[in-house]
Amino acid sequence: MKAWLPALLRLAVLALLVVFITSPGWFEPLLKPLTENGAPAIYNQGSLLTLTLQHLRTVLVATVAATIVAVALAILVTRPAGAEFLPLSRSLVNIGQTFPPVAVLALAVPAVGFGEKPTLIALFLYGLLPIFENALTALTTLPGNVMEAARGAGMTGWQRLMKVELPLSAPVILGGIRLSVVISLATATIGSTVAAKTLGEVIIAGLISNNLAFVLQGGLIVAALAVLIYDGLSAIERYAARRMGQGAE
Amino acid sequence: MTLRFDKLGIVIAAIVAYAALFAPFATFRANRIVPGQARSILEALPPTLGMLLLAIVIVGGIIALLKTPLIIRLAASIVALVALAILIGVAGAFLTPDGNTFARIAPASGFWLLIFAFTLLLADVLTRLNLSPWSRVGVLMIAALAIAALLVSGLWDSLSILKEYASRADSFWAEASKHVTLALGSLVGAVIVGIPLGILCHRVETLRAGVLNVLNIIQTIPSIALFGLLIAPLGWVALHVPGAAAIGIRGIGTAPAFVALFLYSLLPVVANTVVGLAGVPRAANDAARGMGMTDRQRLLDVEFPLAFPVILTGIRIVLVQNIGLATIAALIGGGGFGVFVFQGVGQTAMDLVLLGALPTVALAFAAAIILDAVIEMTATKRRVETA
Repeated sequence: MKAWLPALLRLAVLALLVVFITSPGWFEPLLKPLTENGAPAIYNQGSLLTLTLQHLRTVLVATVAATIVAVALAILVTRPAGAEFLPLSRSLVNIGQTFPPVAVLALAVPAVGFGEKPTLIALFLYGLLPIFENALTALTTLPGNVMEAARGAGMTGWQRLMKVELPLSAPVILGGIRLSVVISLATATIGSTVAAKTLGEVIIAGLISNNLAFVLQGGLIVAALAVLIYDGLSAIERYAARRMGQGAE
Repeated sequence: MTLRFDKLGIVIAAIVAYAALFAPFATFRANRIVPGQARSILEALPPTLGMLLLAIVIVGGIIALLKTPLIIRLAASIVALVALAILIGVAGAFLTPDGNTFARIAPASGFWLLIFAFTLLLADVLTRLNLSPWSRVGVLMIAALAIAALLVSGLWDSLSILKEYASRADSFWAEASKHVTLALGSLVGAVIVGIPLGILCHRVETLRAGVLNVLNIIQTIPSIALFGLLIAPLGWVALHVPGAAAIGIRGIGTAPAFVALFLYSLLPVVANTVVGLAGVPRAANDAARGMGMTDRQRLLDVEFPLAFPVILTGIRIVLVQNIGLATIAALIGGGGFGVFVFQGVGQTAMDLVLLGALPTVALAFAAAIILDAVIEMTATKRRVETA
């Protein structure tokens, strides 16, 4: 019984989420008691479905860009030619992570104006750090005997990277991507304060007009999305780790 | 003799060349919200000082570019940073028309890029010097004192950020204390609850997975969503639990922010306590049992001191994270530096955004350096003692 219960729970949350964002009207009676003075119970300044999709698109675009750049940089500084940058890049990542995402977001506004752009920039820059850090950890802690064997088998540097180093590092890099996505989902929510079209709009609108129903539905959708995505990525990561575990044996 | 180039130096020199020669050093605006006009280094400073600054950054760039001894690179980066810090203040006074209180002078992209380039050089030197924890804290203290001295001296008073500060000095310190109270208070709460919870999870295996999973899910929920979700239950508590409203529990404001930060803080504290205790060598525990120590003695005298550096790492994560997240509390009326950030975004007054963002970054940065140093010291101490 224990094995299928969590899976069933996740499926139920996912189903509920999909039903809620596609036909929120069905839930109106549930949310109505939270409103005052006949205020609307369901967000009425845009469709929840569109906002959710825009939110996810923003996160996806930023994460893909951050992944490509972060992994490329990590590969660069772990090659002999880039070794000079390794210690500094470590401290830069440490320093960078002390910057609060909100600060990055707000400071991007003067550079590119309001809208989706500052959000994308903040998500990209902030998303780089965990991916880079994990990729660096993975690429610098590969088992020595495996690398030795690859070299002994006459593989070129490029072959070693593509066939040995990257596949072995995949689970740890995926872990970095997962952290990055979770941070991005949260930062994208705050992005609505600089006029990006994301689910944060619903929460902020609720806070401004003192409408608890808006705050609650926005909060629940964002929370459910984050938890489901985190969960899904963890599953992919475990799968990759298992495959690598068998592959290395 | 052939010249040898430093690879990082090529990057730094390129940034310096672009920033010094092409990017604007300062922006002049007739009032606080109109678009600004760019001023280069030579336009923003009296001629001799302008030439001096150009000379300093160009020489600094060349020193970075070539393979030079660490001590010279250290000196070059410090001289350049100090010159930039002092001269941006001079530029502010120089560009402000006499008696004009509406004009705003702000550091522009060239200034920030130069600061970035020379900070990069300084960071590289400090990384390569491999400083001991105490000297890292010392460097931080010197930097903090230097910035404090510049602030007190009034040299920067003509800059736009300090003009924003001057018009809201009282609320700045009120929000600062709220920010620190939120970040530190929730940390203290999380330590008081989290460490015993971690010990419990370590001892009772059936609890462990469940507790950690729940905390993990909470950590995943975006901050503003969690703030929002807490408004309803806390509002209900304030209405229905006698005395709750009297001690400040309300639906919006500091209470939901505090509770949310507390919940976020639990996972790193509990998880690191569990990991730290699990990493205690079996031999140490066996020896303690053999000496006839009780469970309680073993926990306090053996397990806990050995696990301490790992727990401290959790506390570091929490503190840095809380200082950043506390900015978002402003959205639900919880106060903190976020008030200025979001006000500034609302009024498109970027100086106001900086007034909120810079202290937050500085606080988080200082907290990270100090706690990293403490962690390293406790870890080495432990190694020395067990060796």
